[in-house]
Amino acid sequence: MTADRFTGEAGLVTLTIEQAVNWARKGSLWPMTFGLACCAIEMMTAVSSRYDIDRYGAGVFRASPRQSDLMIVSGTVCRRMAPFIRKVYDQMPEPRYVISMGSCATSGNIYDSYSVVQGVDRFVPVDIYVPGCPPTPEALFDGIMKLQEKIMRQKVFSPKTVTAPS
Amino acid sequence: MNDLKSVAERLQRQFPQDVLAVTEFRGDLAVSVRKSALRAVGRFLKEEPELGFDYIVHVSSVDYPTELERFEVVYEVYSIRRRQRIRIKTRTGEADCAVDSLSGVWYGANFMEREVYDMMGIRFHGHPDLRRILMPDEYEEGFPLRKDFPLQGRGWRDTFEFLEPQTGQPAQGKTP
Repeated sequence: MTADRFTGEAGLVTLTIEQAVNWARKGSLWPMTFGLACCAIEMMTAVSSRYDIDRYGAGVFRASPRQSDLMIVSGTVCRRMAPFIRKVYDQMPEPRYVISMGSCATSGNIYDSYSVVQGVDRFVPVDIYVPGCPPTPEALFDGIMKLQEKIMRQKVFSPKTVTAPS
Repeated sequence: MNDLKSVAERLQRQFPQDVLAVTEFRGDLAVSVRKSALRAVGRFLKEEPELGFDYIVHVSSVDYPTELERFEVVYEVYSIRRRQRIRIKTRTGEADCAVDSLSGVWYGANFMEREVYDMMGIRFHGHPDLRRILMPDEYEEGFPLRKDFPLQGRGWRDTFEFLEPQTGQPAQGKTP
C-alpha cells in the first residue's frame, strides 16, 4: 500500500477480494445483546469509555438478532433459556459468529446441577471460548481479536465456510 | 424482645394444643405448629388487631430425609406496625405431602407456595393455582430440591428440542 500521509494523495492497495471481504467483515462485528448473568456486567464494562469496544468495530450492540453478526453468550446458560438462545441464533443472518464468554457458558462452571446446560456449545456452534469467571474486558477483547484473526482466514468463496452449521 | 415473647405467649394461650415448640435464635422467634392448625394460626397472626402480622416475607421448605415427618414448610411473616418478624414452621410426612395453603390469608404467598411445590413437591390445599413456576409445566423428573433427587438431574439438562427455523418442524440431531 502506498499513500502520502500528509497530502492524502491516493495510494495503491493490493489484496485479494477475499481479503477485502474478510477485512470488511472483521471490522464491523455487530454483537447481539445477550447478557445472561454476571459476565454481562463485564461485557457492559467493555462497552464503556474506559475500554471502548468500538475500537474493534464491535460496539454497536443490536437488540435484534437479524441485525447482528456476533452473539456473545455471557453468563450461565439455564436449560430453560436454551431454546431461546437457539432461536436467536437461527434468526441471525450468515455469516454469524458465537463467542462463549466465561466459564459458565463454556462448561457450566461450578453449576453441575439439574438446570444448567454444561456448555453452550451443546446446541450452538461456538467460534471462540473466552475463559474467566468472569473474564475481564481485556480478555473479551482478546477473544474478539482472535475471532477477527479467524475471520481473516475464512474462505469466502468456497462452498463451505468456517462457521457453517453442521 | 420481651415484646416478641409476648407474641409467643399469646399464641400459646390461643392454641394450647397446636403450638408444638417456640424457639428463639439471635432475636428471631420461630413457632412450630401442628399442620392442622396452620391456617388458624396464620389468620390469627394477621387479623388480631394487636398483632397485625400483615406482610408475608417468605415461604420456604426444608427436607429432613431421615425424620418421620420429612418436610418442613416455613412461613416468615412481618408486622409493619410492630416492626417484628415471626417464623411459622409446620411439618408434613411424605405420604400425605400437603399442608393448608396460606394464600387465602396473605395473597402474596401464592407464588412462593408455587415455588415450594415446584422444588419440593409439597402440595397446598386450597391454593388457587398450584402449578410449577420455575420449571416448565411438562417437567417430569420430580422435585429438584428434595434430598434424594440426584444433583445433576435425570438428563433433562442435556435434552434439547429445537424447531427448524424454516419449516417450524422439530429439528433432528442438529447439535454441533
